[in-house]
Amino acid sequence: MASDLGATGPADLADLVAAAREGDRGAFDEIVRRTYVDTYTLAVRLTATEEDARDVVQDAYLRAWKGIRRFRGDAQFSTWMYRITANTAATVSGKRRRQRTVHLDDVADPVETEVALHPELATENSELMVRLSAALDELPPRLRALVVLKDVYGLSHEDIAEELGISVAAAKVRLHRGRKRMRDLLYEEASHADAV
Amino acid sequence: MPTQCDEIAVLLPQVVDSAEPVALPVQRHVESCLRCQAELARYRRMLRGLQLLRTQYFEPTPGLLAGTLATITAAGERRAVTSVLTKKRLAYAGAVAGAVAAAGTTTVALVVARAKRRALPV
Repeated sequence: MASDLGATGPADLADLVAAAREGDRGAFDEIVRRTYVDTYTLAVRLTATEEDARDVVQDAYLRAWKGIRRFRGDAQFSTWMYRITANTAATVSGKRRRQRTVHLDDVADPVETEVALHPELATENSELMVRLSAALDELPPRLRALVVLKDVYGLSHEDIAEELGISVAAAKVRLHRGRKRMRDLLYEEASHADAV
Repeated sequence: MPTQCDEIAVLLPQVVDSAEPVALPVQRHVESCLRCQAELARYRRMLRGLQLLRTQYFEPTPGLLAGTLATITAAGERRAVTSVLTKKRLAYAGAVAGAVAAAGTTTVALVVARAKRRALPV
């Protein structure tokens, strides 16, 4: 089906989603154009490799297109897409873990787009975020997924548990361990560096 | 660090975002202990920083958008081809079933006719 939304100018994402649910492929393509950078960023955070992130993005949008009719619209599209991406990343990472070792050098440098306005704060935040990104990459994938999905993207324990195929209690335990490991990586390394 | 601080340090990753209820003795200890307050502040700073990561985006690799759209198109075409093949298979199976049924009916009719002819008095 051809999209008639493009002819009237930029449409609201909700309108595009409604059209895509009716089978409008053009509307879905526009959704992909508007959201794929966000989805790719989440995929990189979850998989820690550029190659896997590409696969995750392609699979995630394919799943989203096949399942768009089931999207009820009671949550934001972005949250729904994050859940699909998390589920896809878990599948891809599971396959990859059995195939090869991870090459962290593959990951692209992040592009900051909305970081604080005050120069000092921006510098402080940039430094913190570089350290946080490095610490996240150090986490085992199962703990990293929890910290990224809960603390960066704000998904609920219930949603995370469902997409990762674990219990809510297990999700909470992994988050707890992930945060503790992050804290150790961030502050114990820093105090060690200060001591040296 | 006193034992109680160690015990509370274990709880801090869980209680830092206040999603979980904090026991009153823990709350009272943190309020009166500078070490635990500092530890809690580290966790809070870490969480704020993690939330800020949401404002960073990775530059997608070239061709990702085109590749993603092509993947969806290819899957749609595969599904269409599968659908056509399924329909063709169904039509073929229907035709074969019809032919078999017709042959069976004809055979039965011939057998019945022959039996009737044999039964007639000469």
